Parts: sequence; C-alpha cells; structure tokens
Amino acid sequence: MIRLMRFLKPYWLEVVGVLILTLFGVFSELFLPRLMGNIVDRGIATGDINYIYRTGFLMLLIAVLGTIATVYSRYLSATSASAYGRDLRGAVFAKVQDFTLNEFDKMGTSSMITRTTNDINQMQQVTIMSMRMMVRAPFMLIGGLIMAITTNLELSKVLLIAAPILIGVITLVGYKGFPLFKEIQKKIDGLNKVLREELTGIRVIRAFNKTSYEEKRFNVANRSLTDTALKVARLMALMMPLLSLILNFTIIGVIWYGSGLISRLDLEVGGLMAFIQYVSQIMFSLIMVSMIFVTIPRASASATRINEVLDLETEIIDGTDFSNDKIKGELEFRDVGFSYQGAESPAVCNISFKTSLGRTTAIIGGTGSGKTTLLNLIMRFYDVSEGEILLNGENIKDLKQEELRKHFGLVSQKPLLFTGSIRDNIRFGNDDATDDEIIEALKISQIYDFVKQNEKGLDYVLAQGGKNLSGGQKQRLSIARALVRKPEIYLFDDSFSALDFKTDRMVRDNLKKVTEDSAIVIIAQRVSTIRDADNIIVLDEGKIVGQGRHEDLVKNCDVYREIVLSQLGEEALK
Amino acid sequence: MSENKDRQKSQAPQGPRMGRGGPPGSGMMRPPEKAKDFKGTLKRLVGYIKPYKITLFFVVVFAILSTVFSIISPRVMGMITTHLYEGVVDSDTGISMEYVVRFIILLGGLYLLSAVFSYIQQYLISGVSQKLVYDLRKELNNKLQRLPLKFFDSKTTGEILSRATNDVDVISNTLQQSVTSVIVSIFTLVGILVMMILISPIITLVTIITIPLSILLTKNIAKRSQKYFADQAKSLGELNGHIEETYTGHITVKAFGNEKKVIEEFESINSQLYTHSYKSQFISGIIMPLMQLISSLGYVIVSVVGGIYVINGRLPIGDIQAFIQYSRQFNQPIMQLAEVINTFQSTVASAERVFELLDEEEEKKDIEDSIILAEPKGNVRFDRVKFGYSKDNILIDEMNIEVKSGQTVAIVGPTGAGKTTLVNLLMRFYELDGGKITIDNIPTTEMTRHNLRAMFGMVLQDTWLFNGTIKENIAYGKDDVTEDDIYRAAKLAQGDHFIRTLPQGYETMLNEEASNISQGQKQLLTIARAILADPNILILDEATSNVDTRTEQLIQKGMEELMKGRTSFVIAHRLSTIKNADVILVMNEGKIIEKGNHNQLLEDKGFYAELYNSQFVA
Repeated sequence: MIRLMRFLKPYWLEVVGVLILTLFGVFSELFLPRLMGNIVDRGIATGDINYIYRTGFLMLLIAVLGTIATVYSRYLSATSASAYGRDLRGAVFAKVQDFTLNEFDKMGTSSMITRTTNDINQMQQVTIMSMRMMVRAPFMLIGGLIMAITTNLELSKVLLIAAPILIGVITLVGYKGFPLFKEIQKKIDGLNKVLREELTGIRVIRAFNKTSYEEKRFNVANRSLTDTALKVARLMALMMPLLSLILNFTIIGVIWYGSGLISRLDLEVGGLMAFIQYVSQIMFSLIMVSMIFVTIPRASASATRINEVLDLETEIIDGTDFSNDKIKGELEFRDVGFSYQGAESPAVCNISFKTSLGRTTAIIGGTGSGKTTLLNLIMRFYDVSEGEILLNGENIKDLKQEELRKHFGLVSQKPLLFTGSIRDNIRFGNDDATDDEIIEALKISQIYDFVKQNEKGLDYVLAQGGKNLSGGQKQRLSIARALVRKPEIYLFDDSFSALDFKTDRMVRDNLKKVTEDSAIVIIAQRVSTIRDADNIIVLDEGKIVGQGRHEDLVKNCDVYREIVLSQLGEEALK
Repeated sequence: MSENKDRQKSQAPQGPRMGRGGPPGSGMMRPPEKAKDFKGTLKRLVGYIKPYKITLFFVVVFAILSTVFSIISPRVMGMITTHLYEGVVDSDTGISMEYVVRFIILLGGLYLLSAVFSYIQQYLISGVSQKLVYDLRKELNNKLQRLPLKFFDSKTTGEILSRATNDVDVISNTLQQSVTSVIVSIFTLVGILVMMILISPIITLVTIITIPLSILLTKNIAKRSQKYFADQAKSLGELNGHIEETYTGHITVKAFGNEKKVIEEFESINSQLYTHSYKSQFISGIIMPLMQLISSLGYVIVSVVGGIYVINGRLPIGDIQAFIQYSRQFNQPIMQLAEVINTFQSTVASAERVFELLDEEEEKKDIEDSIILAEPKGNVRFDRVKFGYSKDNILIDEMNIEVKSGQTVAIVGPTGAGKTTLVNLLMRFYELDGGKITIDNIPTTEMTRHNLRAMFGMVLQDTWLFNGTIKENIAYGKDDVTEDDIYRAAKLAQGDHFIRTLPQGYETMLNEEASNISQGQKQLLTIARAILADPNILILDEATSNVDTRTEQLIQKGMEELMKGRTSFVIAHRLSTIKNADVILVMNEGKIIEKGNHNQLLEDKGFYAELYNSQFVA
C-alpha cells in the first residue's frame, strides 16, 4: 500500500495542505471548550460581562476560521484523492494494454477487471478517508490529551483507566466480529450462487423435475445466511451502547474525582466543564483511530492486487524492426512447437508450412488439436517454444509487435464487438476507412441489408457490444471489420461456423474476389468451408498429420478421410 | 484453450453490501430512487411488518425509554456542577461529597438504563428484520419456481438476481436501522427542546435559529451532492463498461493494433470521472464542518448569554452546562432524519421491485384430474398447433406433425426458424396459442408437467452443469441410481475415458463455471446425464456441434443405440446427423415447409435440396 503512495506524490503540496489545515481545524475545535471554561472561571466568577463578550467573540472567530480551514482541507483532499484514483487507474489500464495472453491467463480476465475497477475504487476511498478521518483522529486524540493534561494533570489520570478499557472492548468486538463479517460475505456469495444457478439452468431444472430439490438447496443457504446475519446484527447491537456506556462512566469518574479536586481548590469548575468535553473528544477519537485499523487490512488487500498488476512484466519482448516488405504475403512456420505454461504436453509441435499471396491455406482438425494456438502464435500473442515464424522472410520476434499485426486481419472464433456505432466498430479495423469503404465491406460480408434495415444505418449504436445481435450477425460484422483493413494476410478462425451453409457459401464467394491479392489462412471445422483451399493442413493432437489438396488428402490421410466421412458421408469420398 | 477462461461478463450485480452502510450521512448523498406507487407499496410493506406488531411495540417503547433516560442525564449532571460551583463560591456550605456521590449514582443509573434499553431494542429489531428478510427471500424463491419460462427469457439473470438479493437487503437494512433511527431522532429532538425550554425559554429561542439553518443547509447540500453523485455513478458505469469490453476483447484490441486508441478513450472517460468524483467528494465532505460551525455558533451564544444570566443570578451555572450539552446534540438527529427520509424513498422503490416480482403471472397449474401415463410409448402428434412468443409475431401456425414411437425426427432450417421453439412447446415450457400436442393420444395439457417432462430427455446447446462432482452431475436426472449405472451411461456417451484421465476421476469437482473441463467434455457429460435418465423421448438440440468430429462419430454410435426404440427429436446444423433420420422437418420462418426423409426431399428439389447442395458445389 505504501508503494502505491507514489501516485500521490505529484500532489504532495495538497497533501501537506490538508495536514496543516486539518491541524488548524482540530485546534480550533479543541480550543473552544477552553475558552468556555475561561468564561466560567474568569468571566462569571468575577462578574466581568465584558470579558464574556470578548471571549465569546474570540470563540466565534476561531470557530469560523476553523471551519474555513476544514472546508479548504476537504477541497484539497477531494481533488488530490480523486487525482490519485485517476492516475492509478490510467497507469493500470495502460499497463494491461501491454499485456499479452500469458498475463491474462495468469490472472484471469475477470480478476483483471476487478483489479482495475473495484480495487482501485477501494484505494481511492481509503485515501480520501485517510485524509479526512485518519489525519483528524490522531490529531484530535493527541490534541485532546494535551488540552486535558494542561487543564488538569491530576484529573487526566482517570483516562489512564478509561482508555485501556475502551480499547479492550473495541478489540474484543473486533476479534469476534471480524470472522463473522467474512462469514457473512461467504454466505451471501453462497446464496447468490444458488440463485444464479437456478436462473441460468431453469430449463434443465424444470426438464429434470428438480424444482423441489433446488428449493431445498435455496432454503438451506437462506437459513444459513440469516443465522449468521442475526449473529452479526446482535453483536453490533451490543457495541454501540457498550461504547457510549464506557464513555459516560468515564465522565462520571471525571466528575467524581474532579469534585474532590474542586473541594480541595486544585481545580476550577470551569476547568471541570471543559475537561468533560475533552474526555468526550478523546474517547471519540480513540474509536475513530481503531476504525483505521479495520479499514487498513481491507485496503492493503486491494493494494496488493493492484501492485501485482503493475509489477507483472510481459514475457514477450517487443522487437524493434519495421518490416521491409520486399516480399509480401509470405508467412512461414519452421518446425514450430509451443506449450502453454505448466502444461505437460505441447499444444503444437513440428509445425511447418508456408503461405503466399493469392493462396488459401486451410487448417482443419478436431477440438483441442491446436488450431487456434497457431493463430495466436502468428499474431505473437504467445511466443513459440521451438522453431521460428517468419513473415516475409523476417523472424516475427524481430519486428515491432505493432508492425507485425498491421499485416493481418483477424476474424476470431467468438467475434467481439464494442459499444459504439456500427461505423465505429468497422473503423476499429481501419481508422481511415471511408463510409463507402465501410459499406462495401458490409456488402461483401452479407450484412449490409441488416444495417440498412435500421434507420440510423451506420450510426446505429450497438449497445453492450452487440448483445441483441445473433452470433451470425456479429460474425459478419467482424468479417467486415477485417475487410476494411485490407490486410496482406487474412486470418479466419472458424469465422463461418455461425452462418448457415448458404450464407457461408455466399460470403466466401464474395471474399474470394476481394482477397485475390492477399493470402488467406482459414481455420475451420466444416470440410465444406475449406474444400477448395490451395493447401489444407490437417492437425491432430498438435501435429500435422497431412498437408495438401482435398483430393490428395482424401486418398492419403486417414484422419482427413474420417472427417470427410462423418460430415459429408460416403458420396463425398467418391 | 485459454481464451475461453473467464470470459464471462459479470451480468450479476456485485452482491449486497450488508452491515455497515458506509460513513454516517452518506445515505442522503445518493440520489433517491422514486417508487411508482409510493402509497400502495408502503401499505403493502407495512403489511409484512404486521405479524411482528408486539415485538415492534416493545422496540418502540424501549427506544423511547432509552432516549428519555439519555435526555435527563445532562440535567442531572448540571445539578452536580451547580452544586460544585456554589460550593466554591460560598465556602460556608462547601461541597458535600455525599450529595455529589448521590447524584453520580443517579447519573450512572440513568446511563446504564439507557444503554440496556438501547441494546434490547436493537436486539429485538434485528431479530424482526432478519426474520422478515428470510421470509421475503423464501417467498421470492418459491415464486420463481412457479413462474413460466416466458418470464425468465424476458429478463436478464442480473435483473432478477438484483431484486432477490440487493432489493431485499435494502428493505432489511432500512428496517433494522432506520425505523429505530427515526423514533430516537424525533424523540431526542423533542426531548431536547423540552428540556431546553424548561431551563430557559429565552435562550432556547435564541438558539433555535440554528435549527432551520441546519435543516436548510442539509437540504441544499444534499441536493447538490446528489446531482454530482449521479454524474459520478454514470461516469463510473461508463468506465467500467469500457474496461470490461476492452479486457474481454483484449485479443481483438491487440490484433488490430488499437491499444493507443483504447487508452485515449479511457483517458477521456477517466478525466470526466475525476471531475465528478472530486466534486461529489467535496460537497459531501463539507456538510460536517458546516454543521459544526452552526453548532459552534449555538455554543457561543449559549456561553455568552448564559454566562450573563448566571452573573445576573437568573440561572444556575449547571443549567448552562446542561444547555450547552443539549444544543450540541441537535445535529445528530437532524442529519439522521434527513438520511432516513432519503433512504426511505429508495427502500420503497426497492420494495416495489420486489412486489412486482411477486405479482408476476404464474404458470398455469396442472389440471385437477390430470392423467399420468404409466408407460408412454412415445407417439407424438402436433395437431394444428399455433404459437408465437408475442401476439403480433406468430411463429408457428397450423402445424401438423405425426411421429410414431421409435422414429427419429430431424428438424432443420436456418437459425431463428422455430426449432428451439418446438422444444419449448413439447416440454410445455410455453403454452400454445392454438391447437394441441398429444402423446399417445393424450393432450399434454391434461398431464401433470412432472409426468410430461419425465418422459423427455434433453440435451441442450447450453450445457448446464453445477458446482458438484462429475458423478453428481451425471446423476442429476435420476435419484436412485447405482455407481455402475453412472459408469455405464458415461461409457455410452464416450465420456468415461476422459473422466478417468482427470486426477480425481468421477469425484472431480466442477467449479462454478465448470471451466475446468472443455466445452466438448461438458457436452459429453450432459449426454451421459440424459442417457442415465433413460427417457422415452429424446430431444437433442445441436448437441454435438461443439465436439470434434471424431468424438462426434463415437457419440453418434452410442446415440444410435440409445435412439433405438425411442422417439427422438434432433435439431441439428450438421446434415450428416440428419441424413439417417426417419422424418426430416424443414422449417423456415416458423413454418414447416417440407417433410419427408432425406432421399425424398432431395428428389423434391426444394429448400432442403438447396441447403444440402450448397455443401457440394465447389
């Protein structure tokens, strides 16, 4: 948590300001009882009305000045804490953009999201609470003690008994309460989980007639949560009255002991009155200080998680070259092998093939055979463990990543669109695409009719990344997005699976015309999609078991033959 | 492999925050939601509290008592101070420690009683509020079980979850904290005023200016800050959405080299958030100091005026002390009342949402004399069936299908053509708009849903596995099965092999999103589940399209075995699956446009033939 303070550094001036101003505010608050005590002891006792007026005026002045100071300190703490949050967020986000798939695998996407949102918000909250409360409370405590002691040293001894009791009670409550709070969170999560499963699996539950079983599950979780919640509530019910009881009995102690002192003329009545108010302030700030100890662990958990992100270095070191592009469209795999971190066996090995402009290279194989892995390696989302990948004759590790990816147009398996207009989404592939170019791409992807249907057309905003679109529609849009890029090499990762056969054919036919000058790498499950590719690579368990044209593979490659058989039947083999 | 991990968007809400609601005074800073029918909902909500009338009565009584005791104590303390003062001033009488001690004991007693009553009252109300929440949650869940699928398809999971958890918690929190808060605050205010007037009406009058000042201040600032908080919430939502999208779509961002673009967008939302954030923090942060100032103002006035009164002998000094204490106690109740008023609106809005859910139309009940088919043979007939999800969009009209026991029916057609709808109707997840469906000549509406659904075995596109062992998941469909039954089913579904390669085999615990096995493996498990259930009629909904083609072959073999003698409905994209069907139903735009087996349809040279041939033309 302290490490993250460096984000607060640029605002050190404001922070110092907050400290000073808070000090001033606290001082003014503490001084008022003293002045009131003076009114009693010097004004009332002597019957000096003027003194009373003067003191009253002084009190007012100090109160006003104190308020101004506090208000200004609130302003400074608000701006600096918010700036801290903003800067921290920006740094984390930028860092994540540098990450490759390895880092996302390590942490998990949803964890990454939580760290950038919830955890940072938590830090911002804590920072502002620190500057408000955590600065104030210790000042109040120390200041109060000083005022109390300077009012009457003897009387202050009462605090020696009271303070430990108070701290003891708070600690006890905390000790019991902490595990309970954790438990409640767990029970809440548990109940949520049961409910969520009920909702997402409603069809299955009803189909299997498991309704009463699920109800029982829910009731158990509900009961459990209620029991724990009750325990917590009752504990809290105890805490507040107990704390105020301790405070009040301390005051009683002060009065009793103070009365004795007054009768011995060691203390004045006004002093006692002031002292009583100091006691309240001191005890109260003790409670505040203990709350600091509650919030710190929570915050430090968040801080650790944020630091983990900031500390994570990506393993893929960027190259420095720009490609010379003397040759074009040549992607070559030379005996490439790759294993995911911690995996026993390699995902792919001994992969060698070459693409060239105007040719279509297809990759086919069952689930888990390594197809998508190959694409990830091409895009350098992972680095190869063995062998090398060359683009136009240069090792892709030598190229700048940005340079490398400029050559490709990727259409992934599960297309992802962003919130924004259709135009913005297509432009994502190429910032400079004109509306005409966009429309052209949409037509080729057989999705223009759909866009035209809506009166806003290109301006139609896809909410939540296209939630209302069908899988097929999203896929066609993402094909269009790749098209406007006019890349050298197209990478289609099972991009036609959500389309029915007819549309699949039409889109591919259209694509053929446009992509004549490019190289295409296409991964598919359907033989019909890749049948007329120039080079078909058959993958099985990460290895190439066949490479060539359809007619040859049907004769020579067992795996391929089986696939064709199961999909197209006997006739296709003839 | 790894791209699929953690791609789940967090549709569900963050979960309720129970217990501490945050720093005091924060409740009034958020803009309150308004309920549509405030009065009605309030009445209904009160109805839920009625059973606890007696307990609540005691809660109120104890709250009042606790407040009363705490109001009297400053006065008593004042009397001690007066005695001390007079004892000093008039050294003849001096200070009687006995007197002091007597009053101290009285004071102590008052404090003790106040604390005890306060504790009891809180204790009681937590019991009431938790019980209420428990009942509400249970009622909600029961209701959910009786709602038709129509409801679940029309709302997001997140929305429903939010009502069942967040909204219910808001109600519970309000009951627990705000109810007593209101009582205590009102009585404190009234009590303080009374005590103050009893001491000196004139000083009270003078001090009372501060009350409207406080109220005005609170109102104004709360309004301002609400606007900023709303803005902040909006910016935060935008930012979170952007983060979620770009992280989930990280590959896409990188693939198109758009890292910088995405960062720029982020920065612009981020700086907006900064502005809204500091403004709302600032405004909400100045309430305290300003209220403090007003309170100090009162303090000064009382000190000065009171001091003069004492000099003139009009008031004993102890009364001034008491008065000061009272005037310092104003702020708390006013702020608490403001907070309660605010949260109350949100609470009623939450209650309204919960009641909406409870008022939803339930599924039609099974009829009185429902027939139970003891040994269904599996003859299914659709008789002039008409259906649409909405009245102005009828998907299926005048549909007639006749399926004899043991036949395989393949349903084919472009997406959105009505295939999943057929399943919805067969299983009576939705009610028909016209016509009837019969099994063995008995209309499905005349059977119990339980009986009807027990006849079917479903394997859906969306696998649904829960957080349990593989064994438990496979056995989900049937209660009394032996281990051997489970293994046999898994073998038939070609899943036995991969299960045994897992470290814990059949005892492997699937995690919450079942992400520790692959999509294909999940499908195998659901197939095993269906096999084990041993249904009379099978429904396979594109079940095998996520499994690789080799495994699919094996499954097909097993399925063929299973389908022998059982009526099966297969919804598929893969023509190879369909080719062996007895009947093929070709659907387009909700209607059956062609019917027949593969060869017949090819001869007809219709829609099916076109679909089929588009695979072969090179």
